[in-house]
Amino acid sequence: MTAAVATSPRAARLAARLQATQERMAKVPLPASPGWLLRAREGAVARLNATGLPEKRDEYWRYTDPAALIAPTPPSVDVFEITDEPLVFDHVDRLRLVFVDGVFDAAASDPLEAEGIEISRLAEATDIHWAQDLYGALEARAQAPVARPLAALNSATATDGVLIRVTGKVDRPVSVCYLRRKAASDAILHHVLRLEPGSEMTLLENGPGAARSSIVSEIDIAEGAVLHHVRTMGRDHQRIGTTHLFARLGAGARLKSFSLSVNGRLMRNEAMVWMTGKGGSAHIAGAAMGDGAFLHDDTVFVTHQAPDCESRQVFKKVLRGGAVGVFQGKILVEQPAQQTDGYQISQSLLLDERSQFLAKPELEIYADDVKCSHGSTSGEIDADHLFYLRARGVPEDEAKLLLVLAFLAETLDEIDREDIAEDMRQRLRGWLERHR
Amino acid sequence: MLEINNLHVKLENENKEILKGLTLSVEAGSVHAIMGPNGSGKSTLSYVLAGRDGYTVTDGSATLDGESLLDMEPEERAAAGLFLAFQYPVEIPGVGNMTFLRTAVNAQRKARGEAELSAGDFLKLVRAKAKTLKIDAEMLKRPVNVGFSGGEKKRNEILQMAMLEPRMCILDETDSGLDVDAMKLVSEGVNALRDAGRAFLVITHYQRLLDHIKPDVVHIMANGRIVKTGGPDLALEVEKNGYADILAEVSA
Ligand SMILES: Nc1ncnc2c1ncn2[C@@H]1O[C@H](COP(=O)(O)OP(=O)(O)OP(=O)(O)O)[C@@H](O)[C@H]1O
Ligand SMILES: [Mg+2]
Repeated sequence: MTAAVATSPRAARLAARLQATQERMAKVPLPASPGWLLRAREGAVARLNATGLPEKRDEYWRYTDPAALIAPTPPSVDVFEITDEPLVFDHVDRLRLVFVDGVFDAAASDPLEAEGIEISRLAEATDIHWAQDLYGALEARAQAPVARPLAALNSATATDGVLIRVTGKVDRPVSVCYLRRKAASDAILHHVLRLEPGSEMTLLENGPGAARSSIVSEIDIAEGAVLHHVRTMGRDHQRIGTTHLFARLGAGARLKSFSLSVNGRLMRNEAMVWMTGKGGSAHIAGAAMGDGAFLHDDTVFVTHQAPDCESRQVFKKVLRGGAVGVFQGKILVEQPAQQTDGYQISQSLLLDERSQFLAKPELEIYADDVKCSHGSTSGEIDADHLFYLRARGVPEDEAKLLLVLAFLAETLDEIDREDIAEDMRQRLRGWLERHR
Repeated sequence: MLEINNLHVKLENENKEILKGLTLSVEAGSVHAIMGPNGSGKSTLSYVLAGRDGYTVTDGSATLDGESLLDMEPEERAAAGLFLAFQYPVEIPGVGNMTFLRTAVNAQRKARGEAELSAGDFLKLVRAKAKTLKIDAEMLKRPVNVGFSGGEKKRNEILQMAMLEPRMCILDETDSGLDVDAMKLVSEGVNALRDAGRAFLVITHYQRLLDHIKPDVVHIMANGRIVKTGGPDLALEVEKNGYADILAEVSA
């Protein structure tokens, strides 16, 4: 190409973006890795270089400005210590893996062994055959139809993570705790899970884990396997970060994922789910509550590729003090996916007039015999409901609290373990009591 | 017990007066009935007494045991002993009936300086009262009024009343939507609560409810005012002849 060729402003911008990304990536050393992993990382760099880092002007980022997420350095913000309530999941008997500011803390963690599970760390990975086929693979698959450059950046540069292979039915949850001790820290973690046919496990995650975090999970759920996933990101007001959950479900496989997000300055949770075998079921739910300088973005994409599958997206946000909630959700039903049952609901409860909810719900259907519904609403507490409760003697604050919890109830229904659901309920209640 | 004097109420957002100098006095131990044509302001009166938003009191007073109701929050009125069985009880998805009832009972006890009921005692009490109203345990587990039939909602109102034991009970068309058997159940529920320290204000269109809940006094309300007050016979007269005669008589 010669300089004389006229380019549109759009093409010129893209060229500049790609060049900036390539220059930046050329300076980023990839973490020391065995051959297979290095190749996977190089593949991710190539994907990233081909699309460039995201910009606010991208359609896919129209509601959420990615600038702080891709800035060369993380923000420096006060460390938030929770002293007034026990940490999440403290009551649960679990296998605990602790990362502090993105660095594995062996002393605080349990030994990496349990019946029915193989666990190892990405930073210590040697030739783990099952993970070689997965690391970066689901992320690569998720680059279409919309590029997810932050996920590729994570695959390229993740410093650690856990690699979990589940072979049996495991009762005791694996719990990954992200703690933060430094004012400025960047956690880039990448987990890979493979659930072998018929296996079952519960994965718990909690804590923001760093001033800025990027956590990618690639999850392969084989025929008839079941993954329960509960994640909380709580109370650290200044944190920013992204998560990407990429899940592929085989025939009859089940996924139930619930995320609780409170506070946080800027969080984007992306989920990409592929239903690749007959009769699978995926439920992705999220409850988010924010007050003031808070933006929480749920971006969800469920692709039905096989018949007789069911999927649910249930996302609810409680916003006040000028907080912003974002939902971008899609159900894509490909031609072979007959008898798909797809459901999507995204709702926000605005506790004042300054807060706002931005939603883009989408359905795209190529099969003719499917049942899909979606709905998105944004509103205030219902005055008639509030009056009814107060007329029975329930004080206004308590009545509002009951109604907000009622609003969120549909998300909590997606948690199978009642003790964990109850813990989440108490967290929500605690937050509401602190933010009247 | 309940003293309403020259009450004038307009809509907050509209220059429309609905109650136009209403005066009414209900003494402890008695049952008063209010009848009146559609749109005469009966529900508005009940809402204003219970403290619903959207109305402006421009004149007059309403007191319960000498205390002005109109200055209190809705929950304070409830704690003071006022109860309104709604004409149209709302459905509240996501709030369990039991959680709601227990929160309400304990909030009122707390406001009155009484000890809260333990979970066990509460459960026993609810079950016993629900049984007499033929409300089955499964219904109690559902969210407040969600999926209840019209009659079930009304029975649920009476269950709440039985649990809260208010002293001034206002029933707004509790009989509408009830079948004959349910009407008997509800009336029995009300009659069981009748005592010297408690009063009822029963809003209804039909004599039939008053066959079961025998009123001491019957008021006719029209155009935002009580236009005639009499004994139980007045209800029979309305049942037989409608309102035309009475309204003609008072405007004459
Ligand atoms: N929020 C409102 N906005 C507009 N008009 C209202 C409102 N509330 C009450 N009204 C009007 O005030 C009048 C009295 O209504 P209300 O519901 O109190 O009557 P009612 O006596 O209970 O009637 P019914 O026997 O049909 O239940 C009606 O004309 C009604 O349309
Ligand atoms: Mg009425």
